[in-house]
Amino acid sequence: MAAETADWLGVPLAIIGGTLRGSAPFLFVSLGECLTEKSGKINLGLEGTLLTGAMSAYAVSYLTGSPWLGVLAAGVAGLCLGAIHAWLSQRSGVSDVAVGIAMIVFGSGIAFFFGKAFIQPQAPQLPIFEFGAWSNYPPLQSALQVSPLLLIGIAIAPIMQWFFKSTRWGLYVRAVGDSPSAARAMGISVFWVRFLAITIGSFLSAIGGACLSLYYPGIWSENISSGQGLMAVALVIFARWQPMQCLWAALLFGGAQAIGPALQSVGVTSFRYLFNASPYIFTLIIMIITCSPKRTLAGSPGALGTNE
Amino acid sequence: MKDEKPLYIPRRQIIRGIIASTAFGVTSQLWTGCTPSEPTTTDTTATPPASGSELTIGFIFVGPKDDFGYNQSHFQGQGVISQLAGVKTVDEANVPETATVQETMLSMINQNGATVLFPTSFGYFDPHILKIAKENPTVQFLHCGGMYKEGVHPTNVGSYYGYIDEAEYISGIVAALTTKSGKLGFVAAKPIPQVLRNINSYTLGARSVNPTATVQVIFTGDWSIPVKEAEAANSMVDQGVDVMTCHVDSPKVVIETAEKRKIFCTGYHVDQSQLAPNGFLTGSEWNWGKVYTTYVEQVKAGKTLADGGIPHLVRGGLKEEFCKLSSYGSAVTDATKKEADAVLAKFMDGTMVIYAGEIKDNTGKIVIAKDKKLMQTDPTLEKMDWLVEGVVGKIG
Repeated sequence: MAAETADWLGVPLAIIGGTLRGSAPFLFVSLGECLTEKSGKINLGLEGTLLTGAMSAYAVSYLTGSPWLGVLAAGVAGLCLGAIHAWLSQRSGVSDVAVGIAMIVFGSGIAFFFGKAFIQPQAPQLPIFEFGAWSNYPPLQSALQVSPLLLIGIAIAPIMQWFFKSTRWGLYVRAVGDSPSAARAMGISVFWVRFLAITIGSFLSAIGGACLSLYYPGIWSENISSGQGLMAVALVIFARWQPMQCLWAALLFGGAQAIGPALQSVGVTSFRYLFNASPYIFTLIIMIITCSPKRTLAGSPGALGTNE
Repeated sequence: MKDEKPLYIPRRQIIRGIIASTAFGVTSQLWTGCTPSEPTTTDTTATPPASGSELTIGFIFVGPKDDFGYNQSHFQGQGVISQLAGVKTVDEANVPETATVQETMLSMINQNGATVLFPTSFGYFDPHILKIAKENPTVQFLHCGGMYKEGVHPTNVGSYYGYIDEAEYISGIVAALTTKSGKLGFVAAKPIPQVLRNINSYTLGARSVNPTATVQVIFTGDWSIPVKEAEAANSMVDQGVDVMTCHVDSPKVVIETAEKRKIFCTGYHVDQSQLAPNGFLTGSEWNWGKVYTTYVEQVKAGKTLADGGIPHLVRGGLKEEFCKLSSYGSAVTDATKKEADAVLAKFMDGTMVIYAGEIKDNTGKIVIAKDKKLMQTDPTLEKMDWLVEGVVGKIG
């Protein structure tokens, strides 16, 4: 029966669609975290930044009627939170991990507080590209609806890779991250390089929040992120601090979110809990495989986790 | 510096870190918790009551009050009784199901002078309401969910719940008469009896008019995970589902996704027609305002739960006005309206029985024998653990 084949064809399509829909937040947050960690500091607060970004994007889009202004507002909110983290985490004797945890609470607190008024209204959403318009098969059409933000994110990944590899500024960031004392000897201001890396990283992850509230699922609610910001931090380790690998990892995580619902929709209901938990299981497996007490990971910035 | 052990972290630094994060955590927690926790007072009594004594009623919600869902339905109920003369209502939203709710209840009792409390979330009941109720025997605690047990729980606790599956049955009829593919979709949170009952009634309603219709169920696993709800809705549309409904805390994502994908939908909890102007058919709404008004009248007449003046367990369906049907959307045809209204009339005069045998579950097992009729009040229905024939999906 034609309907039967369409059913099973729907599963990979739904996963592809889910990947294109759901991976943008992972991509932006992991790229932001990648930049931050390359400079030798870790920012766990990106979960809070993601929420604040989602809230400010939705709020500004609703109030002004322009979703792109919303994206900009999310970025500005991210810059502010990033600046707080960048300044605090570089005080002497302050642990960046502890500040990051505080920033999760702070960021989500801000988002929940100011977001109260925006739970009910419907904000204008970002436009989408219909790459499936050539097909007359509706599931394919919907799977190939791509947000411009995802394309921007996909473009940023190779640019960032090139930035680290081939530009003077990229070298500065790597130098500061690998050996702050050598960077100081070169005459680089460690504080300002890290400050910029952290704030721009935070800017990117706030844009990730805008993807959540203005594209998919396209609402503002206090449960909107469901831990994606934290998962993206783990994803950077998985990607070995390489922006291009962040892209593949983000696509993998985005797709993993779609597996459970897609299989349930064709009637595969066993192991439902396992499929629903697959992104978290991926994260755990990655942590187990990549952690070792004896050595640091290949690619890990030298100053990461120290208080230099 | 390099001769230090690689993992050496000074103790002072750890202590500082812990103190800093705790301080941050505490302050920001206070900050988020504080502003909403000044209970907002809705004082709408235009004229002071003749007796001079004003009844203060407290409402506690687990989430935001305007989420197009469960909390909003209760907030609307609060709105109705705050209009009554001699009634003052206080409320607090975003109260988690932890010891926090005990603090909220105590501050409403001691500072606002509330004598009737509606802590609306399911998880508030045990142990929080039970504990505070025991300590405050003169305050009436009314909880949504129907968990009160005679002799076990304090006598000043009461439970109420509605048979909203009656409205789901009619939604199912409208859905099945509208669908072209014969495939309906249901995004559900968790396989608990209340949810399963809604799915089953919806399916029975659908198949009463279209015996080949199927209802595809996807369990997301939690009450509010927007990304997964959207993913579930999208993958069902890809499978040819063309009418969608849900039982999650806030149906906003599912309804909006259905509208974006240009399919039909039926609502839940409150009226969602404005979210889907094209595809909205109808929906099941709670009507707590009616339930709360009855309670207020009883309390004003001097009755209490403890002396038996107010019944401990209150239930009702469409007939008792515990729930209602959203007005039909523009996509519903006149013939469909007529058929649905006929069933609605049968519910209103009490002759309609949803669970009348023989009913099989979706594995082919007979769950309700032939000639057996389970009325809505039947307690076995509240322990439902099966999905009726026609549902595609599994509980386990």
